Amino acid sequence: MFKKFLAIVAALMMSMTSSFAVDFSGKTVTWLIPFGAGGGSDKWARYYAPMLSKALPGNPTVVVQNCPGGSGTKCSNQFAQIKGGDGLTIFGDSGSSKFPFLLDDKRVQYNPTKWPVVLSSATGGGAYVTSKTGYKTSADFKKLQGKKLKYGSQGATSLDLIALLAFDMLGLQVDAVMGYKGRGPARVAFERGEMTIDYQTSSAYFKVIQTLVKDGKAVPLFAWGILDESGNIVRDPTFPNLPSFVEYYESVHGKKPKGPAWSTWKTFFASGFNGQKMVYLPEGTSADIVKTYADAFAKVVASDEFKKTSSKRLGKYPQATGKAAVAAQKAAFTIDAESKAWIKNHLTKNYGVKF
Amino acid sequence: MLDSLISAFTLIFSGEHFLFLLFGVVMGIFIGILPGMGGIVGFSILMPFIYGMDPVSALAMLIGLIAVIPTSDTFASVLMGIPGSSASQATVLDGFALAKQGQAARALSAAFSASLFGGLFGACVLTLIVVIAKPIILFFGSSELFMLGILGISMVGVLSGDSFVKGFLACGIGLLLGTMGSAPATGEWRLTFGSYYLFDGLKVVTIGLAAFAIPEICDLLRKNKTIATKDEPIGKGWLKGLMDTLREKWIVIRCAGIGTLVGILPGLGGSVVDWIAYGHVVQTSKDKSNFGKGDIRGVIAPESANNAKEGGGLVPTILFGIPGSGSMAVFLGGLTLLGIEPGPALIEEDLQFTYVMVWSLALANVIGAGMCFAISSKVAKITTIPYGVLAPFMIMIICFAAFQVTRSIYDLYILIVLGAFCTLMKSYNWPRPALLIGFVLSDTLETYLYQAVQIYDWNFLTRTSVITIFVIILISVFLGMRTKKEKTVTHSVKVSDLFKLNLETVFLGIIYIFFGMTVYDSFKHNFLGGVFPGAISLIMFIVMTYTLFFNQKWLSKALNSSYSLEDTKDMFYAFSWIIFLVVLVSLFGFIIGIVILFFAVMKNKTEMPLIKILTITTGGVALMLLLSHFMVLDFPSGLLQEYAQLPWPLK
Repeated sequence: MFKKFLAIVAALMMSMTSSFAVDFSGKTVTWLIPFGAGGGSDKWARYYAPMLSKALPGNPTVVVQNCPGGSGTKCSNQFAQIKGGDGLTIFGDSGSSKFPFLLDDKRVQYNPTKWPVVLSSATGGGAYVTSKTGYKTSADFKKLQGKKLKYGSQGATSLDLIALLAFDMLGLQVDAVMGYKGRGPARVAFERGEMTIDYQTSSAYFKVIQTLVKDGKAVPLFAWGILDESGNIVRDPTFPNLPSFVEYYESVHGKKPKGPAWSTWKTFFASGFNGQKMVYLPEGTSADIVKTYADAFAKVVASDEFKKTSSKRLGKYPQATGKAAVAAQKAAFTIDAESKAWIKNHLTKNYGVKF
Repeated sequence: MLDSLISAFTLIFSGEHFLFLLFGVVMGIFIGILPGMGGIVGFSILMPFIYGMDPVSALAMLIGLIAVIPTSDTFASVLMGIPGSSASQATVLDGFALAKQGQAARALSAAFSASLFGGLFGACVLTLIVVIAKPIILFFGSSELFMLGILGISMVGVLSGDSFVKGFLACGIGLLLGTMGSAPATGEWRLTFGSYYLFDGLKVVTIGLAAFAIPEICDLLRKNKTIATKDEPIGKGWLKGLMDTLREKWIVIRCAGIGTLVGILPGLGGSVVDWIAYGHVVQTSKDKSNFGKGDIRGVIAPESANNAKEGGGLVPTILFGIPGSGSMAVFLGGLTLLGIEPGPALIEEDLQFTYVMVWSLALANVIGAGMCFAISSKVAKITTIPYGVLAPFMIMIICFAAFQVTRSIYDLYILIVLGAFCTLMKSYNWPRPALLIGFVLSDTLETYLYQAVQIYDWNFLTRTSVITIFVIILISVFLGMRTKKEKTVTHSVKVSDLFKLNLETVFLGIIYIFFGMTVYDSFKHNFLGGVFPGAISLIMFIVMTYTLFFNQKWLSKALNSSYSLEDTKDMFYAFSWIIFLVVLVSLFGFIIGIVILFFAVMKNKTEMPLIKILTITTGGVALMLLLSHFMVLDFPSGLLQEYAQLPWPLK
C-alpha cells in the first residue's frame, strides 16, 4: 500500500516536473537578428516578438537584438558557438544569410541544418518589365527575347541570384547592374527608366508597382509562386492573377522547366523565398525546450491577433511550424553536389564570382 | 494641404503627443552629446518600444530624436575636438580651435543658432517640396550622383591646407581606405589582408574618431593643460556668437540649402554634408587665412547644413521608401512597425502623417536649440578642467564609441592603427579633412561611376545634366583657386634627405608602400572589382614617385614640417596612453581597464590626493555603467573574461 502510494506520488511529481519543466517566467529571451535595425528581418522579428512572449510558458520578455555584419555570417557564427542552450537565445535568419552557406562562403563556420527549427516564414514577389518594351501579355514574349534588358542588383550571390537565374532560364538577355543597396533603390532606377526589368517582394509590389502598372509604366510578367506540400511550385495566393514562374515558363517555352539550372533554381527558391526567414534554437537544445517553442509558435500562428494582422504584415504566406518547418528547413539546405558545382560555375562564368 | 498642416499642428499638442516629442528631444540631445553616436544608435534604442504605440506619438518621438542630434553633437566637436556624430566632423576644425582660444561660448552660440535656422529651413522645404519632389529625386540618377561626388572631391583643393600635393595624396589615401571590403560591382573583397573583420570595410565613425579625436587628445595630453588656454571667462561670447550667425546670414541660407539638397538625394549619405558645406564656405570666402585656426564661419556653415539635412532626408524616405542615410534606414523600419507604409500613398492619402513629421521637426529644433543654449554654459566648463582629469574620460568615451561600431575588439585595434597614422598626419601638417572627404565619397564615386557606364556607356559624360554639374565644379574650383595661397617653402629639401632616417621619412614611406600595395592588391581582382582602387592607387603612386624623386619643389612641400624629434617623442608618449587602455581592455575587459587607466593617468598627470582620484574613477565607471545599462550597449571583453566567469559588471 505504502509502496503504491509512493509510486503514485512519484508519478505525480514526474508528471508535474515534466509539465512545468519549461517555464520562462521572469526570464528574458534574446532573439538574435543578424541584420541591422529596421531591415526586413528586424521588422519580421519585432512583429512576432510580443506574440511569442504571450505564447511561451511564463511569458518571458522577448527582446530582438541586432548583430549585423558580414552579410549575416558574423552573427550566425556567434550563434553556432552556443551548444545546448537554455532556450533563452533564439536566432532568426534570412535568405541572404542562407546563401553563403549553400555557396560555401569562406566566412561560414556554421551549419544551420544542425539547429532545431521552430518557425519558417515564406515570402514572395512579382517580376515586371517596362512598358517601353512593347510587351503586354506573355504572347509578346518574343518582343523581350531580342532585347537587352537591364536589372538593378545587389550582387550576384544575393537573393537576386533567383531572379537573375530565372531570367536566364527564360532566355532573356539581362544585364545585371550591381551596386544597388537594396530592392528599393533598384526600383527607383526602374522608375527613372535606367532599369528595364525588375522584381519586388510582395509588399513593395502592392505599394508601388501596382500603381506603375495602372499608369501603364510597368507590365507584370509573373510572381514566383509558392511551394505546395508535395514540393511543387504553384500560384501565389497573394498574386492570384499572375502566373507562377513555372506556369510562365510553360506558356512561353511550351514545356516544363528541367535540367541542372531548374533543380538549382528550386533549391535556391526554397531557401530564398519559401523558407526565407526561420527561427532556430541552438544546436543540442533539449527536446522539451524545442517542443515548447514549436508549440508556442503554432499557438501564435493560430491566434486571432495573428490572423487579423498577419496578412498586412507578412502577406498571405505560409508560416510553417512543427513538422512543416522542419520540412522547409530540409528543402532550404539540401543541395546536391551537381547543382552546387553547376551554380558555382554559372556564377563564375557570368558574374566573375570567385569561389 | 493647408488643412492637413493645421490639423497636424493641433494633433501634436493634443493628448500625450507633445510629451513624447519632448522625450525624443531629450534623448536626442543626450545621444548627440555622446561622441560617435548618432541617429542609428538612438533609433535602435527606441525601436523595441515603438511596436504598438500610437503613430502620432511615435513619430513625434522619433523625429524629435533625429532632429536635435545635429544640434547637440556640437558640444563634443567644439569642446573636446571629438566629432559628436559623423555629420559634425567639419565643425571640429574651427569650433575646437575657437574653444582652445577660450571662445567656446561664442562657437557654441553661433552653432546652435545656425542649427536652429538650418533645422527650420529643412522643415519648411519638407513642407513645400514633399508634394512635388518626385521629379527632383528621379532627375538625379547614377551619372548625376557621380558628378556630385566629383564636386565633393573638388573641395579637397581648398581643404588641403598649405600644400596641394599633400591634400591630393591624403584624399587618395581616403579613397583607397573607402574601397576596403566588398566591391560594389563584383562583391570581391579588397584590401582585407585575410581578416574577416575588414570584409565589411571601415566605418566612417572609426575614421572620424581616429582622424580628429585621437590626435587632439595626444596633443592635449602632451601639453597637459586645460583645453581653453586663454583666461577668458566662459560665460561671455553668447551674444557675439548669435551676432556672428546673423551677420553671416547668407552663409547660413546657402549652407542650409546645400544641406537640404544633399539630404533629399538618396545615395550621397549623411556624413558628407558637413564637408561639402565647409568646403563651400572656404571656397567662396575671400579671406581664407583663418580657416582651421578658429574662423567662426567654419562653425556656422556645417552646423546650418547638418540640421537642414534631416528635413531633406525625410523626402525620399517618405516618398519612395528609400532611406537617404543610415539613420533614415532605421527610421523607415520604425514607420513600418507603426503600420505606416511609406510611398506615394502616404502623400496622397495620409498627408497628415507627413505634416506631423514636419511640425515635430520644427518644434524639436526650437526646443532642442533652446535646451542646448540652456545647458551650455555649464557644459562649456569642460574646457577649464585640467587635462589630467579630462583625458581619461575622453579616452574612455572614444574607445567605447569606437567599440559600438561593430562590437568587436578589432574596432579598437583599427582605431589605434588609424589613430597613430592620423596623429602623424597632424604632426607633419597633412590635411586630415582631405582624407575624410576621400573616404566618405569613395563608395559613392565607384558605385555610381560603374553604374553610369553600365547604363549609358561613356556617353553619360555628354548628358546635359552632367555637363551642367561639371560647369559648376569648374566655377567652384576657380573660385577656390582665386584666393588660395600656397605656403612658400622656406627651406629646400633634396632627394638625399629622404634617406635620412627620421619619423617623417618613415611616414612618407608608409604612404608610399600603402599605394604600392593597393596597386598590387587591385591586380588580383576581376577588372570591374579592381579597376577603381587600381586606377586611384596607380595615379597616387606615380604622383608620389614624381614628388619624391623628380620634383624638388614638390618634395620640399611634402617634407616641410618643422616638427622636432622631441615633439614627436612627446606625441607618442601621449599616444601610448591610448594603446595602454586598449591593451588593458583586451586583457582584462573594459571596466577593469578603465579603472587602471584612470588611476594611472591621474597619478601621472596630476598631483591629486588618492581619495580624489578614487572618487573621479568611481564617477567614470558609474557613468559607463549607466550608459550601457540604459542604452543596452555592451562593453568589450578581454582574455580574462574568456577564462573566468565574472559577475556583472566585470563580465
